[in-house]
Amino acid sequence: MSLLQVKAVTHSYNSHTFLKWKEPSKKVLTDISLSIDEGTCLGLLGTSGAGKSTLGKVILGLERPQQGQVLFQGHDIYTADKLTRQKIRRDLQVVFQDSYSAVNPRMTAESIVGEPLENYEKLTVTEQKRTVIELLERVGLSEKDLKKYPHQFSGGQLQRINIARAISLKPLLIVLDESVSSLDMVNQTLILELLSELKKDFGLSYLFITHDIKAAYSISDTLGVLEKGELIEHYNSKDQFFSSEHPVVEQMRSSILAEHPRYRSLPMRINKS
Amino acid sequence: MRTERSNVLTVSDLHVQVQTKDGASTLVQDINFELEKGKVLGLVGESGSGKTVTSMSILQLLDRKTTTIKGSITLQGRELNGLDDKEIRGIRGKDIGFIMQNPMNSFTPVFTIGNQFVETIRSHTALNKKQAKELAIEAMQNVNLPNPAKVLKSYPFQLSGGMLQRVMIAMAACIQPSVIIADEPTTALDVHNQLQVLRHLDKIRSEYGTSILLISHDLGVISEMADDVVVMQHGRIVETANVYELFDNPQHEYTKKLLNARLSIKHEEPITHML
Repeated sequence: MSLLQVKAVTHSYNSHTFLKWKEPSKKVLTDISLSIDEGTCLGLLGTSGAGKSTLGKVILGLERPQQGQVLFQGHDIYTADKLTRQKIRRDLQVVFQDSYSAVNPRMTAESIVGEPLENYEKLTVTEQKRTVIELLERVGLSEKDLKKYPHQFSGGQLQRINIARAISLKPLLIVLDESVSSLDMVNQTLILELLSELKKDFGLSYLFITHDIKAAYSISDTLGVLEKGELIEHYNSKDQFFSSEHPVVEQMRSSILAEHPRYRSLPMRINKS
Repeated sequence: MRTERSNVLTVSDLHVQVQTKDGASTLVQDINFELEKGKVLGLVGESGSGKTVTSMSILQLLDRKTTTIKGSITLQGRELNGLDDKEIRGIRGKDIGFIMQNPMNSFTPVFTIGNQFVETIRSHTALNKKQAKELAIEAMQNVNLPNPAKVLKSYPFQLSGGMLQRVMIAMAACIQPSVIIADEPTTALDVHNQLQVLRHLDKIRSEYGTSILLISHDLGVISEMADDVVVMQHGRIVETANVYELFDNPQHEYTKKLLNARLSIKHEEPITHML
């Protein structure tokens, strides 16, 4: 059975203004169904405004969809009883794009990573500290970073702290919402490598939301393409992305930037060495 | 075309220091490069390698109270370093256009696009309001913005990031500056808009002979656009080479590391058949 199943989710946003009481609602997700198996990564591609992040929120339990169901290990996350919901919240974690706004600037790295442990595990002070150190080392930081504040870290380091926080409770699924998009290329690659390692070591599943085709391709097992709120393509193998003849996918493929100047696609720039 | 090699912008021995409470700290040092007419020079490096500081010092946008800029920056033979505020203001926007990374933060939210566009044009030319508006509309048509008249009446927050970035390119290009500095022009955009924006930049280059200093950490952008590439690390230049040279035969260890950090799609067919 799949770890996560999204069944026919439809969602729209209402915009209320002061004078007009209610404007016609804007449909952001239409009849989305998808599933993620244990230990796999689903890459979700789409342009800005396609509804990628809304779908991420729906899956995380942050935005109740107007229609449809989200099943985590067979339990509907919106109607389950309190204990089950607590358990699901523990097994379902998230890493956002902007690493700085995802942490409290007044908290040290130790308390940021330790917060979920405090909520869920009853550890003694020394045990918790040891666990936090282990987690920091797992993501490539060290004990020296324990007492540092967010502004003392670079974007890449802070994203590692966010990842450490997300894996601290040994979750089953992590939603990565544009988690590498604000980093430079070197850091992007390093974080993607770290994520692949963690996936293998802990048997994690990911929902990798991004507009970056290369990043999605390098980490995902299966791929979905979202366009104007509809899941237009859902591949079991990421290579099918390259043989698809859907016009939206073709346009996406043609926007991939060249890896080498020989393959550049800008017409006036070709053959000018 | 290639009979004369004319350098539009020359940066030599650029050193930038910032005063902190613990003494002076060097941001960039020994920066030397030349930008030829109608060419694209790519500036690559990780975050914190001094790419933006270099571009800001060309435009003298760094805080003069805390930073000292040594060395020489010449634009068509004219020294820019040390010019007073009034003189440099005549150059910014007119001779050197600037395209910033984050289009959302580069416009003031309290005025319409038209207001800001017309203001920019009128402060550098003798055009009246009506002529400036016509020029603005024409410039926006050149970057494929749909319905320019409506865009002029909208506020920055009513447009998407990709549209705003095109407005910024139109603004930078309409006075036909000799140099455009594009600081991570596509980083905030999604994949589809990235190539569009690069295409517009390239169109401006080929039509007006504008030289472009293209700053990016994305080697995909560099490989699409640049003629020559400068690689920066820790505030220094580690390698300068032709773009084909650099990708085929990188000399410096750091360049090799950057090239290895590229995410690649292992796909047999090179991506050339599209357009």
